[in-house]
Amino acid sequence: MRPFLHGAVTRLSATRLSAVLAAPLSALAPPVAAVAVSLALFGAFVALVGVDPVEMYQLMYRGAFGTWFSWQNTLTRAAPLILTALCTALPAQLGLVIIGGEGALVLGALAAAATGMALNGAPAALVLPAMALAGMAGGALLIGGAGALRQWRGVNETISSLLLTYIAIAVLNHMVEGPLKDPSSLNKPSTPPLADAYMIGTLPGSSVHWGLVAGIVCAVAAWVLMRRTTFGFAARMVGGNPRAARMAGLPVGRLLVVTTALAGAAAGLAGMVEVAAVHGRASASLVAGYGSTGILVAFLARQNPLAVIPVAVLFGGIGASGGLLQRRLDLPDASVLVLQGIIFVVLLASEAMRGRLRLFTFARPTAAPKEA
Amino acid sequence: MDHASLGWWGVPLAVLAGAIRVSTPFLFVSLGECLTEKSGRINLGLEGTLVMGAMSGYATAYLTGNPWAGVLVAGLAGSLLGTLHAMICALERVNDIAVGIALMLLGTGLAFFLGKPFIQPQAPQLPSIPFGWWSGSAQVRSALDINPLFLVGLALAPLLLWGLRTTRWGMVLRIVGESAEAARAMGYHINRVRLLATAAGGFFAGVGGSFLSLSYPGSWNERLSSGQGITAVALVIFARWDPVLCVWASLLFGGAGALGPALQSVGVTQGYHLFNAAPYVLTLAIMIATSSSRHRLAGAPAELSVTR
Amino acid sequence: MGNALRFSRRSVLRTMTAAGGLGALGAGLPWTPAMAKTLVIGFLYVGPRDDYGYNQAHAEGAAAVKAMPGVKVLEEEKVPETIDVENSMESMINLDGASLLFPTSFGYFDPYVLKEAKKHPDLTFLHCGGLWTPGKHPTNVGSYFGYIDEAEYLSGIVAAYASKSKKLGFVAAKPIPQVLRNINSFTLGARSVDPTITTAVVFTGDWSMPVKEAEAANSLIDQGADVLTCHVDSPKVIVETAEKRGVFCTGYHASQATLAPKGYLTGAEWNWAKVYTDFVKMVQGGIKPPNLVRGGLKEGIIKTSPYGAAVSDAARKHADDVKAKFMDGSFVIYKGPIKDNKGNSVIAEGKSHGQTDIALESMNWLVEGVTGSIS
Repeated sequence: MRPFLHGAVTRLSATRLSAVLAAPLSALAPPVAAVAVSLALFGAFVALVGVDPVEMYQLMYRGAFGTWFSWQNTLTRAAPLILTALCTALPAQLGLVIIGGEGALVLGALAAAATGMALNGAPAALVLPAMALAGMAGGALLIGGAGALRQWRGVNETISSLLLTYIAIAVLNHMVEGPLKDPSSLNKPSTPPLADAYMIGTLPGSSVHWGLVAGIVCAVAAWVLMRRTTFGFAARMVGGNPRAARMAGLPVGRLLVVTTALAGAAAGLAGMVEVAAVHGRASASLVAGYGSTGILVAFLARQNPLAVIPVAVLFGGIGASGGLLQRRLDLPDASVLVLQGIIFVVLLASEAMRGRLRLFTFARPTAAPKEA
Repeated sequence: MDHASLGWWGVPLAVLAGAIRVSTPFLFVSLGECLTEKSGRINLGLEGTLVMGAMSGYATAYLTGNPWAGVLVAGLAGSLLGTLHAMICALERVNDIAVGIALMLLGTGLAFFLGKPFIQPQAPQLPSIPFGWWSGSAQVRSALDINPLFLVGLALAPLLLWGLRTTRWGMVLRIVGESAEAARAMGYHINRVRLLATAAGGFFAGVGGSFLSLSYPGSWNERLSSGQGITAVALVIFARWDPVLCVWASLLFGGAGALGPALQSVGVTQGYHLFNAAPYVLTLAIMIATSSSRHRLAGAPAELSVTR
Repeated sequence: MGNALRFSRRSVLRTMTAAGGLGALGAGLPWTPAMAKTLVIGFLYVGPRDDYGYNQAHAEGAAAVKAMPGVKVLEEEKVPETIDVENSMESMINLDGASLLFPTSFGYFDPYVLKEAKKHPDLTFLHCGGLWTPGKHPTNVGSYFGYIDEAEYLSGIVAAYASKSKKLGFVAAKPIPQVLRNINSFTLGARSVDPTITTAVVFTGDWSMPVKEAEAANSLIDQGADVLTCHVDSPKVIVETAEKRGVFCTGYHASQATLAPKGYLTGAEWNWAKVYTDFVKMVQGGIKPPNLVRGGLKEGIIKTSPYGAAVSDAARKHADDVKAKFMDGSFVIYKGPIKDNKGNSVIAEGKSHGQTDIALESMNWLVEGVTGSIS
C-alpha cells in the first residue's frame, strides 16, 4: 500500500495508520472552528469601532479570493510565507522553537545577490542555481548556527535565533550601504540590479512568481523527510523525548544541526526568491516581516509542513485584503495584526478542546510527542 | 564650561547616560519576566505587553493630564495581557511559547489599532529628579537627570530577590517553578500561582512600556519598541533568573545601545550599522560564553520549557 | 449618474481655466480626457500617515485633493517597499478603478512602479523622489520632488545666529544623496554666516527609530551642539528631546513648532497640497502631467515654518534676504569653490550647480565643516 514506507516506520504502522487516516479530519476541524470563532470575535471588535462586520468580511473575501486578481495577490503573498514557516516548523519536530526566519531570509538574500554580482555574465542556467545554493547556505549558516550553539554550548535557540536576526539585518544594511553598494542606487542603497536574464519569471498566465512552486515543493519535501524517512522518525523521537533518544543511541547533535540548517536553508531560499523574482537586488526593503509572519503560519499549521501551505494562503489572503479595508472602511493597517493575533490566540486555546469533543477522540490516542 | 565640548570623554559619559536612560524598559520587562519564569512559565508576549503599555500609558496621560495615572493604566493593561497568557496556558496541551508569540502579535496589533489617535498629541511627561545639581557641566547634569521609574526598578530588584529567597510567597513560587508535582503534592494550586506570577510580570512590563512613551524617548508611535520586550526576555536568561543580575544586564544592554550614536557624535561614522548591532552581539557573546551544554543553567527553574 | 456627470463637467470647466496657470509646469499636450466619471486617485504611504513627518506631509496633500470636486481618494498606509506595493497599486486599479496613483516612497519606484506602469499604459503613475529618465522609463510615469535643501539652507542661516557654541547637530537616517544634500545645504547656510561653525552628524540607520533618534540627539547635545535638526521620517522625538534639553531646533517635513514652543526656530516643509492639487487639476483637465517635476521655494513645492520667538531680527533679515533671492531664482547654493570635509575640491572655483542640476541628485560627499564620514 505504501511501498516507500521505511522499515523504522512500518514497525509503528499499525498504530499510526489509523492516525494517518483520522488525522486530516481531526486535524482540520478544530482549526476551522477556531478560525470561525476568531472571525466572530474580530467582527465584534470592528463593530465596536463602528464598522459593519458583514460588509467587512464581504470586502475581505473580495480582496483575498473574490477575483482572479485577488487570488494572484494572495498567492504572491503566500509564497515567501511557506518557506519562512518551514524555518520554524522543521526544528519544531525536534522540540526547538526557532524565531529567526527573518534573519535567515535576509542573509540568504544577501548571499544570493552577492553571488549574482560575482557571476554576472555567466549563463543563467549556472547563475540561478548558484544563487539558490548561496541563499540556502546563507540561511543554513544562521539557523544551523543557532542549532549548533544549542547543541554544543546549550544556548537557548529561541533567543539566539532572534539575536542572530538582528545581527543579520545589521550586516545586510552594512553591506548594501558599503562594500556591495551600487553607486547608482542613490537614494535606495542596494546591490547592483540583476540582469533581466537572471530574473525568475512568473507562472504562465499569471503574475505569481515561481517562488510559490519552490515553496510547495519544499513543504512537500519537508513533510516526506519528517514523516516518511528514518531521519524524520529519529528527529521526532528526539522531539518527543530527548533523553530516551540519546539512550537509544540516536545522533542527537547531528539531527539537531542538520534539521536547523535545513530550516535555515528554506528561509534562505525565500530570500533568494525575493531577490531574483521580486526586488532584483538586495536592499533594506528585504526586511518586510515575512520571517515573523512565517512563525505564526508554522504555529497555526501545528508545525505540520503540509498544513503550512493552506495556512500561508490564508495569511496571504488576510494580507491581500488589508489594503481594501484601509481604503474602503478607513480601518487602520493594524486591523490585520489584530485579526491574526485573535486567530492565533483562539487557535491555541482550541488545542485544549481537541480530544474533549467526542467527535475527535479517535485521533491520536497515544500521547502526541513534543510541545512541552 | 557651559558650552564646552567633551570630545572623546563624551563617549563614556554618553554610554553611562545611555545606560541609565535606555535601560529602564529592559529592567522592568526583565524583572517581570524573571518573576514569571521563576514560576515555570515563559511569556514571550511581553513585547506586545510593552507596546500596549506604552500606548495605554500615553493615551491615559494625555486624556487625564496625569502621567502617573498613565503608568498605572499601563501596568494594569500589562497585567490583563499577562492574565490572558496565564489563562490560556492553564489549558491542557498549550505551549507557553506559542501563546507568547500570539500575544506579542495581539498586543502589538491592539496597541497600533487603538493608538492611532494618540500619535499626534503631546502627553504630559513623567518628571525626573536632578541628581546632577552639584555638577557645573550641563552634560553631567543631563546624564544624572534620572527618572523615578529607574530608581523604582533599582529598588525593586533586591526586593524581588529577597522576596523570592525568604518569603513564603517566594518559596511557593519557586517550588511551583522547580517541580509542579511537588507543589501539587503540597497542596498548592499551580495554575493560580502561575497566573499571579504572569499577571505581576505583565504589570512590570506594562510599566516598562509607559517609560518609553512617558519618559524616554517620551512619545508614542508605532516604531517605539525595536524589540526591547523580547530582548529583555533574553536578558533574563543571561542574568540567570537573578533580579539583581537583571539590573546589570539591563545597564550593560542600554550602555551598548548608546555606544553607536556616541561614537558618531565624535566623528566615527564608519560601520555605524555594526556599532548599532553591538547590544545584540554582546548579548549573544555573553550567552555563548556563560552557557553550557552539560548542565542546566544555575538558577534555571526546572519546569521552564526553554531550559529543558 | 446624470448628476455626477453634470457635476464633473462643471469641475472640468473650472479646472481648465486653472490649468492655464499651470502652463509653465504642464507640457500642455491634450491627453486622455477623463471627463465623464469621477477620477479615482490612490495614495500609498510607506509609514503611518500621522507621523508628524514624511508621510503626514503627503497625507496633508492627499487631504487637499480630497476636498476637490470630482475626485475619490483612496489611501493605504504602511505599504512596504516590496511586491506588496505592486499588489496594492494593482488592487487599487483592479478593485477600485483608480486611474491616477501617487506612490509616495522613493523605494517604490524601481521595479514596482515601473512594472505597474508598463502593465497599465493608459493610467498615470506619479512617483515622489524618483528620477524619470526619457527613453528608459515609461511615459505614463512621472516623478516629482522638491529642492527642500533651499529651506535647509535658510534653516542653517537661522541656526548660525542662534548658536553660541558654534556647533550644530544633525540626526540623519541614512547617508543617501537626498540626506547628504540637506546636511550640506544646512551647513553651507550656517557657514555663510560664520565660517567657524561645524555640524556633527549621527546616522541612525533607518527612517524611524525613536529610541536611537533620542540617543543621537542627546549625544550631539552632550558634544556641545546647541541647534539640532534632522532628516528622519518623524522628527517628533528629536524636536521634543531638543526642547527638553533646552537647545534650539529646526524642523523637517512638516511644522513641529507646537512640539517645541521655546526652541523651534524655523523648519523646512513640503507643500504637497499645492503639488497634488495641481497634478489632479491637470489630469482632470485632460492635460498630461509632465514626467519630471522639480521645484523649490519659487515653485511653491517647499515652504519654511514661520520663525519662532527665539529668532533674532538680524537672523530674520538675513534669511529673508536669501529667501527673496531663492524666490526670484537668483541664488545658487552649490557655487564653487566648495571642498568636502576631507579637503578635496568637489566643486571647482567658478563652477556652479543650479538647483535643477541632476548632478546634485547623486551627491556622495559631506561639505567642509561637517564632522563624520559616509563610507
